[in-house]
Amino acid sequence: MHYLIIGNSIAAAAVIEGIRSQDQEGAITVVGEEKQACYARPLISYLLQGKTDEERMRYRDQAFFDKHKVTVLTGTRACHLDAEKKTVALDDGTTLAYDKLVLATGSSPFIPPMEGLEQVKNRFTFLTLDDAHELTAAIKSESRVLILGAGLIGLKCAEGLFGRVRSITVVDLAPRILASILDEKGSANVQAHLQQKGLTFHLSDRVKEFTANEALLESGTIVGFDILVVAVGVKPNTELAKEAGPLVNRGIVVDHAMRTSVQDIWAAGDCAEAPELVSGCNKVLPLLCNAYLQGETAGKDMAGLTEPFKQAIAMNAISFFGLHVITAGLYEGEEKLFAQEGSYKRLFVKDNHLVGYILIGKAVERAGIYTALIRNQTALDTIDFDLISRQPALMAFAKSVRQQQLGGSV
Amino acid sequence: MKRVYVNETWCLGCHLCEYYCAYANSGLNDMVKALKDKEIRPRLTIEQEGTISFAVSCRHCTEPLCMKSCIAGAISCKDGLIVIDQSKCVNCYSCIMACPYGALMPSVEQVMQKCELCATNSHGQPVCVQGCPNKAIVYEER
Repeated sequence: MHYLIIGNSIAAAAVIEGIRSQDQEGAITVVGEEKQACYARPLISYLLQGKTDEERMRYRDQAFFDKHKVTVLTGTRACHLDAEKKTVALDDGTTLAYDKLVLATGSSPFIPPMEGLEQVKNRFTFLTLDDAHELTAAIKSESRVLILGAGLIGLKCAEGLFGRVRSITVVDLAPRILASILDEKGSANVQAHLQQKGLTFHLSDRVKEFTANEALLESGTIVGFDILVVAVGVKPNTELAKEAGPLVNRGIVVDHAMRTSVQDIWAAGDCAEAPELVSGCNKVLPLLCNAYLQGETAGKDMAGLTEPFKQAIAMNAISFFGLHVITAGLYEGEEKLFAQEGSYKRLFVKDNHLVGYILIGKAVERAGIYTALIRNQTALDTIDFDLISRQPALMAFAKSVRQQQLGGSV
Repeated sequence: MKRVYVNETWCLGCHLCEYYCAYANSGLNDMVKALKDKEIRPRLTIEQEGTISFAVSCRHCTEPLCMKSCIAGAISCKDGLIVIDQSKCVNCYSCIMACPYGALMPSVEQVMQKCELCATNSHGQPVCVQGCPNKAIVYEER
């Protein structure tokens, strides 16, 4: 048995753990395009900040790959997949045969066409360790940085660069920051916090035209810059799958066991499009925890144990300069708002279920109790919802449930 | 595996377990020095409402969502014991987002901490259990 994993990030590590929980013998090969060993990708902003280093960023160490007898080919790109012959051609000219294949190819920065962009010499994206190194090498204390995109990646990049450059300006087409995970009030809270630190925002605006060191915005504003970071979004890496036949929509379409439409091919992580719990629709959820859980599910299924992963939801934990934000699920249905100085909480309830939440500041404590209500689709009339709305607590559950939680094996 | 289990009918809500926990993880061998005039950040939480109270600490789940959600790969499972490598933690709160029991919290040093059953400090056995005056928390195999 030869398991072939294309990709060497979080989902790949989880696939290995999934396979090895069932099969100690089969050969495993990992093909990773990046030259580095498997690292914790979301930590690149913390690397800029000096809060971590490359050694501590290792997601799984060498001993892990040795113990699980995994052959890892780094700096190697898979360029062609033949699902009939069950082979993958690599850019070093070799071809690998597989019995079972998982595509864990991740995502790439999306760069929209913009006039004059090619004139910008110091132009970066912010998704990989190489990106972080290149950016670090380019910045100077007098640099003016322009970031396109006020989403998770753009703003974490801003935090990482803060204090190391002269100024940071962020432009986004949306009228508010973190528009994909926050409501209006939440966005305003976080934006105020970031502005207080010294970040400048141009929202509901876009770059009309670049020259080498200036961006002319739609509004007429001209922003001078030395460094440009494009962080408007990511797109799933689906090229291999497309040519080989697995059904590709936005991402590579998979079922609850992470199987693609083609026999013996699975997909997991940022490249996959899987059923989401609350909406019931297929979604690409480029989030680390989903990458792990999908990878683990795929690995187990490849090795013979089918344990469908049905609890995928959107969830994000992110912080900026000490202000923590945790969000999950969908923002629809009835709302319950609790806002006070330093704490913001909005819960979304639909058909007797918690379907989403937004927590900022002090409200993030014990957030996982809310997450579990969404993931487990707990009927709210079986718990003391008033109590749990005020504060996440096991106290809100029936005593018998609590006895299982705290007195049983979980 | 032996874990800490709660018997809430015996809990007096005295919070002694919190003090024992803070002491056990202080690295000091004198309880007074460890706690006096210090802000304590115990790794367990007492929930209290009316006459009901109980201690909540890490369940050392067989499905450790904190570990699977950790963006730094800082949380691992060692023979069933879920432990954090605090040197790798970047304080992102993903584990707080994931834990169904609300059993992780930031330490004074602003990295995540959780109950490690006193297996990773100098005590070896859960000190909260030893300090509980009414056997409302026990350390046993179930």
